[in-house]
Amino acid sequence: MTESATGTYLIRGAAILGGDAEDLLIRDGVIAERGTGLSAEGATVIEAAGFVALPGMVDIHTHLREPGREDAETVETGTRAAALGGYTAVHAMANSNPVADTAGVVEQVHSLGRASGWVDVRPVGAVTVGLAGEQLAELGAMADSRAQVRVFSDDGICVHDPVLMRRALEYVKAFDGVVAQHAQEPRLTAGAQMNEGTVSAVLGLAGWPAVAEESIIARDVLLAQHVGSRLHVCHVSTAGSVEIVRWAKERGINVTAEVTPHHLLLTDELVRSYDPVYKVNPPLRTDADVQALRAGLADGTIDVVGTDHAPHPSEHKECEWAQAAMGMTGLETALSVVQETMIETGLMTWADFARVTSTVPAAIGRVADQGRPLEAGEPANVILVDPAARWTVDPHKMATMGRNSPFAGKELPGAVVATFFKGHPTVLDGKLNTPYRYAAEPAGAGSN
Amino acid sequence: MKHLLSTENLSATNAIRILDTAEEMAAVGDREVKKLPALRGRTVVNLFFEDSTRTRISFEAAAKRLSADVINFAAKGSSVSKGESLKDTAQTLAAMGADAVVIRHWASGAPHRLAATDWIDAAVINAGDGTHEHPTQALLDAFTMRRHWSRLHGSASTGADLTGMRVAIAGDVLHSRVARSNVWLLRTLGAEVTLVAPPTLLPIGVEHWPCKVSYNLDETLEAGVDAMMMLRVQGERMNASFFPSTREYSRRWGFDDARLRALDELGLKDTIIMHPGPMNRGLEISSAAADSPRSTVLAQVRNGVSVRMAALYLLLSGDSREAAPMPGTARSDKESN
Repeated sequence: MTESATGTYLIRGAAILGGDAEDLLIRDGVIAERGTGLSAEGATVIEAAGFVALPGMVDIHTHLREPGREDAETVETGTRAAALGGYTAVHAMANSNPVADTAGVVEQVHSLGRASGWVDVRPVGAVTVGLAGEQLAELGAMADSRAQVRVFSDDGICVHDPVLMRRALEYVKAFDGVVAQHAQEPRLTAGAQMNEGTVSAVLGLAGWPAVAEESIIARDVLLAQHVGSRLHVCHVSTAGSVEIVRWAKERGINVTAEVTPHHLLLTDELVRSYDPVYKVNPPLRTDADVQALRAGLADGTIDVVGTDHAPHPSEHKECEWAQAAMGMTGLETALSVVQETMIETGLMTWADFARVTSTVPAAIGRVADQGRPLEAGEPANVILVDPAARWTVDPHKMATMGRNSPFAGKELPGAVVATFFKGHPTVLDGKLNTPYRYAAEPAGAGSN
Repeated sequence: MKHLLSTENLSATNAIRILDTAEEMAAVGDREVKKLPALRGRTVVNLFFEDSTRTRISFEAAAKRLSADVINFAAKGSSVSKGESLKDTAQTLAAMGADAVVIRHWASGAPHRLAATDWIDAAVINAGDGTHEHPTQALLDAFTMRRHWSRLHGSASTGADLTGMRVAIAGDVLHSRVARSNVWLLRTLGAEVTLVAPPTLLPIGVEHWPCKVSYNLDETLEAGVDAMMMLRVQGERMNASFFPSTREYSRRWGFDDARLRALDELGLKDTIIMHPGPMNRGLEISSAAADSPRSTVLAQVRNGVSVRMAALYLLLSGDSREAAPMPGTARSDKESN
C-alpha cells in the first residue's frame, strides 16, 4: 500500500448503477469484493437499501478560482462542494490569475488539490499564453509536469484564430491531449448579454446568436478531421450545435461534447426578471434548445455533463444585468438536475448517468483511476445516491463560496448520501466527513 | 400600481387611468399658478446614470408642479463615478427617505432591479433603461395621439383608447426603448402599428411583436397612416455596418420633404408627424417636416409634463384607484421640510 490506510466499509444492498442490489466491500482504497451477503470483520457497515451506487463523478469543467480569486472560491471550498455533489475528480479550468499557462501554475493547483484531499484535482492548461489567443502556451511542459495535464482550454474565451486552433489541435497529439473549445465567435457576440431571440428583443439586451456558437463548432470539427485530432466542445447550448456534433460523429470525427446541467433545465425566459443569477456564458437558450440538448445527451451525441461551476462573489451579481459577471455554481446541484431532467423524464438510466458523469469524462481527461466499473479490484471511487430524496436548493447552505445558484428555491430530486474517494469517505450521511490524506505530499505542496 | 417600469405589462385600465389623470394635470398647466399641493412633503429623486436633460427637466417640472421635493442625482460628478454600486446608491437614497425614484440608466433592466430587490422601498419610475423601455415617453406619445384622434372624431379624450388609429414608427427600432414601449402601449390601446426600418435595425424576433413590419417607408405611407413617428438615428451606426451611409439612410427611411408632400398627395391631411426628440434634422426628419403644422414635437414635450405628473401622482398618492387629484388637499402624511 503506497497511500495511507483508508479503512474498511461494507456497503449493503445498493442498486449497482441502478440495477440489482448488491454489496460492495471497500478496503485499502479499492473495491475488494462485490456480491451479495458479503461480510467483513471490523468493517463500517453502510445500509444502502434504496440507494444507487455509482462511480464517483468526474467534472470535465470546473472553475475553482484559485489562484487569484480566492474571494470567489478556493481549491479547498470548491472541492468540498465537489465531494458533496458526488464528485471524486474535477478539471480545474485555466482562467485563474495568474492564468494556468505554465507548468508552475498547474503544479500549484494540483498540489493544492492534493493538500485538500476532497477530490482529484486535474488542472486544465491554457491553450494560449494568458488566454490572449495569440501564442501557444507551453502545452508540453504542462503535460509533462506533476499535474500531467491532458485537457487544454482557454475556456471563457474562444480560440477563434483558425490557424492557432489548428496548431493547438495538432500539437497536443504529441502527448495524447485534447483541446476543449469554448465555442463563441467573438465578433458576433461583442457586448452580448443573453440569447438572441424573442426574449432579448423584448428586453432590449444585446443578443447572443446561436450561430456564434455553431459556426465555431462547425469550423472546429472540420479542423479536427483535417488534422486527425481529438476535440472536446465545452458547454454545447443550442439545438444547432447538437446537429453539427451529430453530423461530425457520423463522419467519424473524433469529437466529444459537453452539456451543463443548467442548459438542460433553464431557458432564457428567466432573464425577464433581469436577475443576473441567470447570466451565464453560453447564455440560457430556448425550450427547443433544452429539448434538443436532452435528446442529444440521451442518444450519445453529447458525451458528458460538465458543470461549468462558476462561483462569483455576491457583489458581482448584485448589480445591473449588463454589469454582472457570467456564471453559475453547479457542483452541488448537478446530480439532482440531471436526475430531474434525464432520469425522471425516462430519457436515461442510472447506468447512462454513470457514463455521462464519470466514465466518459474520465476518458476524455485521461484520468486513469476514475470512471471505472464498480468491480472487485477497481479503485474505490464510489458514490451512494438516494434517488427518492427531495430537497430545496439553498445556496447559503452550500459548501461553495458562490451564492449564485440559479436553482435557489427550487425543489430537486436525489441526494448524495456518501462519496468514497480512493476508498475514503469524504462524504457520509450527506455531510462532509474528512478529506483523503495522501501518504506523502509532493515537494513544494502547501495548503491554502 | 407600485412602480412604472414598462408598458409591456401595463394594463389598459391603468394606461387609460394615467392618460385621464394626465388630462386633469394638463389643466393645471393652463392655470396662472401651475401648482398642486398633492405631493407636498414627498421626495422624488431623479437618478440619472445617463445624460438626458430633456427627460430630467420634464420629471423635475412634473414633481415640482405637484409640490414634491426634488433631488437630482446625476451619475457624473457623484459617488457613482467613483465606482459606487447601484445597490449602494439605492440604499443611500432609501436612507434619505426617497418616496419615488425616477431612474434613467444605460443598462436595460436597471429599474427592474431597483423594484425587485430590497435595496429600496420607494416607487420606481423607469425614465428610460438601455434599449429596453421608456414608458412615460410612450404614454406622452399616446396622450398626444389620443387628443388628436379624439378631436378628429369630435369626441372626448377622457376614457378613450386608440382603436383603429394607424401608427407608423420608423427608425432604429433595434436600439430604441421608445419603439418598444410604444409598440406595447399602442397594442394595449387598440392602435394598428407598423414598424419601418432597415432590416439591420430590427431585432431578431420582431415577427412575434404585435405589429406589422415594413422595410419600405413609401409603401407604408401609401397604405395610410394617421400618426408618423420618426425615431432618432445615430449616425455612428453606419460605422457598425447597420447601414451604408447617413445619406442612404435618409433617402430610404428619413421623413424628408418629398414624403411630407406625399402626405398631401395621398390625401392624408390629418396625419401627424411625431418625434420623441432630440431630432437629427436632415437625417431621420427634414426641417420642413419637423416645423410643419403636422408636427406634434412641441406638444409632445408639453404633454410629457402632464403625463409624468399623472404617473408620480398615481404612484405616490397612496390610493391608486383615485381617478383625479384633489386640488388644495395635501395627500401626504408627512410634513414637508
